[in-house]
Amino acid sequence: MYKIEVLVHLKPDILDPQGKTVQNSLSKLGFKDVKSVRVGKSIELEIEAGSQDEAVKIATEMAGKLLSNPVMEVFAVRPK
Amino acid sequence: MKVGVVIFPGSNCDMDALWTTGAVKHHESFPIWHQSQDLNGAELIILPGGFSYGDYLRTGAIAKFSPVMEKVIAHANSGGLVLGICNGFQILTESGLLPGALLRNDTLKFESRWVELSVETTRTKFTKNLSKGDVLNIPIAHGDGRYYIDNIGLDSLISHDQIVFRYKGRNPNGSVHAIAGICNREGNVLGMMPHPERAGEDVLGSSDGLKILL
Repeated sequence: MYKIEVLVHLKPDILDPQGKTVQNSLSKLGFKDVKSVRVGKSIELEIEAGSQDEAVKIATEMAGKLLSNPVMEVFAVRPK
Repeated sequence: MKVGVVIFPGSNCDMDALWTTGAVKHHESFPIWHQSQDLNGAELIILPGGFSYGDYLRTGAIAKFSPVMEKVIAHANSGGLVLGICNGFQILTESGLLPGALLRNDTLKFESRWVELSVETTRTKFTKNLSKGDVLNIPIAHGDGRYYIDNIGLDSLISHDQIVFRYKGRNPNGSVHAIAGICNREGNVLGMMPHPERAGEDVLGSSDGLKILL
């Protein structure tokens, strides 16, 4: 069993109003150095597979088919 | 006309769509459960508003894999009429029946208000009795209505005359080009964020929705 994490974010050129709001809030708290915030999601998977590489491959397929929407999002797959 | 209204778990505008197309507009309207693989001869399929499958993951993302959608996609691809309203529009973009995607409103608020829509094309069966530039008074109620498409896709929408409705005046959600509704190239599939089924009787504030419910 392999633990894999899929990270999904809006494409860099798409406005992320949640990120903007968090950034404004951080700024109000005194964290003036923060120049950009992007909010995404983390999806944790436990996958039965022969190897970690195979588990990553399966997770990548899942990310392309369901976990992300390529029209607006990008994803990254990484073992945990 | 036979009108089938699909009910997903979490749909909440299905009864309004059945009422407005049936009791008010006198179509033969009936519900279709999301597990069904039979459209019962419906000529127009309506994917209603709501929060199908809890909007989990992304709006419309899970609904596109429900058994009924296989038939809806086949119906659309053979030229059948499909109208996606609000969550139904989100399902249509997720399914690939319409281009682009719907993102969180740039206001980060759930926008529930009456808006004015301008009719941008009359080439669809839904808008054929209207004139370009006509203004319809129809409400919106959504948190994820910011229509997004990249520049290449936008050029294609414009050159193929696929923009059906735009918000007039203030853009309520940050949609590209104030787009409120689009159709596919053939014009038989329409997706829109505003709710025509909620504007079916004057006592509700407007009956302009009837003008596009065929």
